[in-house]
Amino acid sequence: MNGYSFKKKFRFREFLGEKFIAANAMVALVAIALIFLFIFKEAIPILTNPDVQKEAGISRMVFKQQFYEGREAKWSWQPNSDVPKYSLIPLFIGTIKAALIAMLFAIPLGVGAAIYSSEFAPPRLREVIKPVIELLAGIPSVVLGFFALIVLASWLQNTLGLTYRLNALNAGIALGITVVPVIFTVAEDAMTAVPRSLRDAATALGANKWQVSFTMVLPAALPGIAAGFVLGFGRAIGETMIVLMASGNAAIVSASLTDSIRTFSATIAAEMAEVVFGSPHYNVLFFIGTLLFAITFLTNLGGDFILTRLRERIQGRTR
Amino acid sequence: MNTNTTLEPLIFKPKSSGLVPRSLTLAAVLLIILILAVILINIFLGGFRTIDWTFLTHAPENGMESGGIFPAIFGTVAMVILMVIAVVPVGVLTAVYLHEYTRPDSLFTRLIRIAINNLAGVPSIVFGLFGLGFFVGFIGSGIDSTFYNSPRPVWGQPAIIWASLTLALLTLPVVIVSTEEALRVIPRELREASYALGATKLQTIIRIVIPQAMPGILTGAILGVSRGAGEVAPIMFTGAAYYLPHLPTGLNDQFMVLGYHVYVMATQSPNMEVTRPILYGTVLVLLLLTILLNVVAILIRSRIRSRRVYA
Repeated sequence: MNGYSFKKKFRFREFLGEKFIAANAMVALVAIALIFLFIFKEAIPILTNPDVQKEAGISRMVFKQQFYEGREAKWSWQPNSDVPKYSLIPLFIGTIKAALIAMLFAIPLGVGAAIYSSEFAPPRLREVIKPVIELLAGIPSVVLGFFALIVLASWLQNTLGLTYRLNALNAGIALGITVVPVIFTVAEDAMTAVPRSLRDAATALGANKWQVSFTMVLPAALPGIAAGFVLGFGRAIGETMIVLMASGNAAIVSASLTDSIRTFSATIAAEMAEVVFGSPHYNVLFFIGTLLFAITFLTNLGGDFILTRLRERIQGRTR
Repeated sequence: MNTNTTLEPLIFKPKSSGLVPRSLTLAAVLLIILILAVILINIFLGGFRTIDWTFLTHAPENGMESGGIFPAIFGTVAMVILMVIAVVPVGVLTAVYLHEYTRPDSLFTRLIRIAINNLAGVPSIVFGLFGLGFFVGFIGSGIDSTFYNSPRPVWGQPAIIWASLTLALLTLPVVIVSTEEALRVIPRELREASYALGATKLQTIIRIVIPQAMPGILTGAILGVSRGAGEVAPIMFTGAAYYLPHLPTGLNDQFMVLGYHVYVMATQSPNMEVTRPILYGTVLVLLLLTILLNVVAILIRSRIRSRRVYA
């Protein structure tokens, strides 16, 4: 009788439904906060508890320590010895070595394939490349770790005549296989997002197809490609099963790429199961977890930031 | 600007053919395909002889030197089912909220997006630590001290429920992203038609939007399962066990799982020559499981994408 009113009516059910849906949307946010809280919580004693600090303070983790009279001071990770040693330097070196090898392996492959897919590939081949990359990304890391441990390690050892079967090179290459899809996807997205107007302008200046790609598209997409590197690097730092299985897990301070390494992630995975709850060792493992969380959090924010800026810039230009 | 310049000569020499960059980048593509092929073929050839009915339906025997992997398959399936039950509703509703209720530039939406992106980037081993500290140590032990009065932990120990919930958090971004992609494809006219018929926003979402997004939700769930089934690092402290004489009977039991089985067999087997066929067989089963799920998801998604043409 009173006609339809365009004013929004308050409906209790709608209100409740929206709040319920919003509550679900909060889960991701709450989860990130809880993850940080619960990892960091167990690492706090390293910063506050003098007893823990005596064994595993920050300076003990970073600087060379002299453990026995008359011996040389050194960095060493031996949490289970009579005199526990918690230097993070050997682990840091191992982590960086593996990640750098992975990047050296993955960047040419990922960027090369992305350029080919976005610039040169006939449409039918492009339809093959993308699923192949997705399949590669879909291989569980434990399977890649297994492959590196059983097949790749022997092949590398025989081909290069290496002393150690499991080493930084082996782990780094296997790690690189998981980084390729990350770099490919981000780089390819960035290149296909370059507006047509830019390509057309270069073509009008007399550039042929590949000149357009390399003088116009690639420079314009460069920030996106860099974002792919950042995200890929974060992935390489955090990946666990591959390095745990394929790296040899020896905490050595050396610059050689064919020595065994022990990474942050693999250390947690290998030692968490046997650690005494609440011991300094336990705190140190959570401290390493906090480091990993912080590093990947930063690489993710950084990569995201670059991509958002790039998107805004590209959209702003075409408008 | 300088007014009296003549036109610069053409920047681009028209004759350069681009053969070198084209063949170099093609080589990268081919190398990637080769790597994938080598891995798949090696594992297939190493494992296919092992897989038969007995292998799939029997428990391991003689310290993993003979018998099958049924408990690991059972555990993996049970774990991902629990995971899907936990992750799909939350993921779908998050996507619905982001896409249907909020403006993309509001602070809240941005925060949630940052959280989702970061959740996707948190290393899996950190999820494992979190699962141990939060689910096992905090929630589980909390339940024990509140409701149980037993000296031995009931829920405050590694268990299948905690492993599944940890994986649910890990796969949450996958489900959200897939669902959102599907929501974007649904034409606005459909929603408007629903409003025009007098449906409220909530009714429209429940009766129109979510059913239309079903393929995308399914894709997300499948990709999540594929991801979750292969993860090892998050579950090695939260519930996975190397060997158990019986199947899990309750949510607070430990369980065997394919990925963890592969890890332990590959790194701690005392007699590699004997266990090698079983190891390869287990890897092949795990790989087939994850790859088949991936292929199904890719197929569904390409069908959704092709709908865009007339959407």
